[in-house]
Amino acid sequence: MKKLNVSILQFPGTNCEYDTVYAFKRLGHDTTLVWHKEESLPEATDLVVVPGGFSYGDYLRAGSIARFSPVMKAVQAYAGEGGRVLGICNGFQILTEAHLLPGALKRNANLHFISKFQHLKVVSTDNAFLNLCEKDEILNIPIAHADGNYFVDDETLDDMEKNGQILLRYCDAEGNPTVVNGSVRQIAGICNKEKNVFGLMPHPERAMEHILGSEDGSKMLEGFANR
Amino acid sequence: MKAIINVYLKEGVLDPQGKAVHHALGSLGFNNVKEVRIGKQIVLELDETDREKAMKELKEMAETLLANTVIEDYDIEIAE
Repeated sequence: MKKLNVSILQFPGTNCEYDTVYAFKRLGHDTTLVWHKEESLPEATDLVVVPGGFSYGDYLRAGSIARFSPVMKAVQAYAGEGGRVLGICNGFQILTEAHLLPGALKRNANLHFISKFQHLKVVSTDNAFLNLCEKDEILNIPIAHADGNYFVDDETLDDMEKNGQILLRYCDAEGNPTVVNGSVRQIAGICNKEKNVFGLMPHPERAMEHILGSEDGSKMLEGFANR
Repeated sequence: MKAIINVYLKEGVLDPQGKAVHHALGSLGFNNVKEVRIGKQIVLELDETDREKAMKELKEMAETLLANTVIEDYDIEIAE
C-alpha cells in the first residue's frame, strides 16, 4: 500500500474534517487541512477530500455557496487533470453544485434529518474507491443528513449505470433495496465518468474501528492507497 | 430598482415540502387542494436603472448561484 498525502478541505461550517484526518492517519497516511480561502492545493496532494458538515450553514442550498470558495477553483483544475477527489455528505453536495459530479441533492423525502447506521450494497468495484470491496457486498456505515435525496434525470442515470458510475445503494441487512431518503434508484454514492471524482452521503470516516460500531469505512478509504 | 427571483423545483421533480404541506392542509379540512409546490423568493434591491441590463445580470445570478438548474426552475420579475 502506498502512503498518500491527503488534502482535506475546510469551509466555514465544516465539522467532519478532524474525523477525516483521524481516519486517514489511522490508515498511515499524511493529512493536511486546507482552508477554503487558499487558492492552491499542497503540491504533493494524492487525494482531495471534501468532508461533511454544514458549509455556509447550508444557506440557499447545501453546498451552493461553498462551491464558489477560492479553493474550489484549484480542486476543479486538479480534478480536470485526473486528480482524485472524494466528497463525503456535505462534500458530495458541494461536488454536485460544482458540476464535478452529475445530479443534485434535494431535501430528504420524509423531511427528517436522518442519523443512523445504514446498510449499503456495493454496486461497482471497478474504481479506486471500492476496489477492496466485493461486488454486492453489504456494508454498514452511518448516515447523517437532511439533504441526501439524490436526483438526476433518467437519461443521465441510465448512462451512469452503464458506465459503472453508481457505486453504492441503500439496502437492508439482507441486501434488499431500501428507500431511505427518496434518492432515485436508492443511490447512496456515485462517481464521475472518468472515475476520479467520488461522492457519497454515508460517512466512512465514522466507521473506522470496531469500537465505533463498524470498520467498513476503512475498507473504502484504504482503496485509494491500493490503486 | 427592485427585483424578485422565484425559484421552485422543476415540474416532475418531487417536492417533499409541498407534499407535507398538502397533507397538513388536508388534515385541516381543506380537501379541495390538488397540489402544493413550495419555492423560494429572493428579493434583490439593485443599484441599476437600465432594465435590460438588470434583467441580463439577474439571469446570470439565477443561473450561477440562486437556482440549481438540474432540479430547479426560476422566474424573474422586476418590480419597478
